Amino acid sequence: MAENSNKTKLLSYVLLAAGIAGLAFALVLDFSGSSAGFRGPLLVAGAIVFLVGLYFFPTVEHHRSIINFIFLFPLLFTFAVTVLIPLALGIVYSFTDWNGIRLTGFVGFSNYATMFKDPSFVWSVLLTFLFVIFNMVLINVIGFMLALLCTSKMRGINFFRASYFLPNLIGGIVLGYIWQFVFNNVLIQITSKWGMMNSILANTKTAFAAIVVVYIWQYAGYIMLIYVTGLTTVPKDVLEASQIDGANALTTLFKIKIPMIASTVTICTFLTLTSAFKQFDVNMALTNGTGSVADFMGSYLTNGTQMLALNIYNTAITKNSYALGQAKAVLFFIILASVSIIQVRISNSKEVEL
Amino acid sequence: MKMKKSSKIIFTILGTIVAVYTLFPFYLVVLNTFKNANGIVSNPVGFGGVSFSQLMANISAVVNNSNFNFWYAFGTSVIITVLSLVLLALFGGMAAWVICRNKTKWSTAIYMVFIASMIIPFQVVMLPLISTFRDVSQFIGISMLQSIPGIVFAYCGFGGAMTVFILTGFIKGIPYELEEAAAIDGCSPEGTFFRIIFPLLTPVITTVTILNGMWIWNDYLLPSLMLGQNGKVKTLPVAVQAFVGSYVKQWDLILTAALLAIVPMIVIFLVAQKQIMNGMVEGAIK
Repeated sequence: MAENSNKTKLLSYVLLAAGIAGLAFALVLDFSGSSAGFRGPLLVAGAIVFLVGLYFFPTVEHHRSIINFIFLFPLLFTFAVTVLIPLALGIVYSFTDWNGIRLTGFVGFSNYATMFKDPSFVWSVLLTFLFVIFNMVLINVIGFMLALLCTSKMRGINFFRASYFLPNLIGGIVLGYIWQFVFNNVLIQITSKWGMMNSILANTKTAFAAIVVVYIWQYAGYIMLIYVTGLTTVPKDVLEASQIDGANALTTLFKIKIPMIASTVTICTFLTLTSAFKQFDVNMALTNGTGSVADFMGSYLTNGTQMLALNIYNTAITKNSYALGQAKAVLFFIILASVSIIQVRISNSKEVEL
Repeated sequence: MKMKKSSKIIFTILGTIVAVYTLFPFYLVVLNTFKNANGIVSNPVGFGGVSFSQLMANISAVVNNSNFNFWYAFGTSVIITVLSLVLLALFGGMAAWVICRNKTKWSTAIYMVFIASMIIPFQVVMLPLISTFRDVSQFIGISMLQSIPGIVFAYCGFGGAMTVFILTGFIKGIPYELEEAAAIDGCSPEGTFFRIIFPLLTPVITTVTILNGMWIWNDYLLPSLMLGQNGKVKTLPVAVQAFVGSYVKQWDLILTAALLAIVPMIVIFLVAQKQIMNGMVEGAIK
């Protein structure tokens, strides 16, 4: 036993030393600007060897803390590198003239001032709000109605549920192209008989409506599933009692079912709100933001159906204005965060009243 | 009683109409992949010009297209999704367990940061993320952009918060006595986790895997930014986007590509329909 623990002790020290040496050597190479191909793998190997050495470290007292550290490290490290550091950098970059690679100086709030003077951006913001409102209301109403349908006693309920949910499985890019085909090649054959020769996607207003329709088509099935789960939690005896008391279907719906699933309504409102706000894929694949607006804030716009997320992407990636795009993204974050907080507050206070 | 029967029929009819509407685009995709380009344009809805040999011709045209490189993109998507899901389940479970079973200031703070980070939209971190990854790649000499390990790393970071959130909620419900008993029997903390807690997490890990899997498999923005539109490594959504960009209006090819991109997801859905629908709901409710 003693010999064994001595061996682990030795193993631990050797691994720790090797890990630190590996890490240090790799870092020296990094800082000295070496281009040796093995420096990256060496760094990773050094870190892993160090952690293994730490695991074998001969201590009873601190073993639990060491395990805690080793268990937390991988996720926290990736989280910090991919979310926290970029978020902090992003907020800083929005006040600079960053071009995606380097920056030369701070410019204060000028990026923010530029974007509010840009009619196409203001258009995108307003359009996004409109889109969010439309979707939040319509998806919840349609999803709820579908849920009522799917909890009623009809044949083939599982088939219906699955088919309503199906669109949600497929990514927005592929969906967008499929619907582009539907609008441009199939629907036009019907509408052309009524004298509408252009595709729905060619006109800004109808194209916007088309995005709303496609998004509802994709998302309503998912919201329906959540409502179905909510509705099945309404106790049967409560419904029976109301029936005995002579409540008709509508009264039961508004006085019993909806109040009893208030928390589900909150969840669904929150989900539809944030996801509609972040909508990107369908917007990109369906219209790519095109669409003419004759006169908005005194100028002619060509981004009639461009939502905020797509506007940010195009500003940075297509037009190469990284700092401006980043400033827009920070605003996007602020709007999304405050809307989420307000929404949660409102629904929480409502739930308490009930 | 009579009233009930008629309402049942009305409901069924309504349900069927909605189902026809939701499934119609899929029907159009499948139908038109059986046609050649002319057939699609002249008659997209009808059965005219449908032939099985045309389907085979369309599929082989897309699969053998060097721009699309279907099998390569498909394989890349599978590798990225599977690796990310396995690592997220493992690291997420480990982190959630530590956060849940240590009531210190640190663990609470870490948990709060994870929760708060869930409202951060991808758009606000995407541009600095790319530049950070580029700088890190140059500095340490491992390519983080345009590489599968880099993108798996990013998915672990972005999926971490939601994974920890759901898993923590579940671990709270596991009696602590189990772990105490294990400790008394001489089980080490890591042994307790891997032998006792982790196996108990199976149902909730299924949920997390479904949620993350749907997101990662269908995600377009992150891979398109990290891998580039025309980079060597492509996931399926990026490949579809690049393919459509280079074959505008060639609907026979585009629809076949769409079909090939959809089929794997539909097959998985048909096999694990219950689990997927339950998982999606549980993920939202928690």
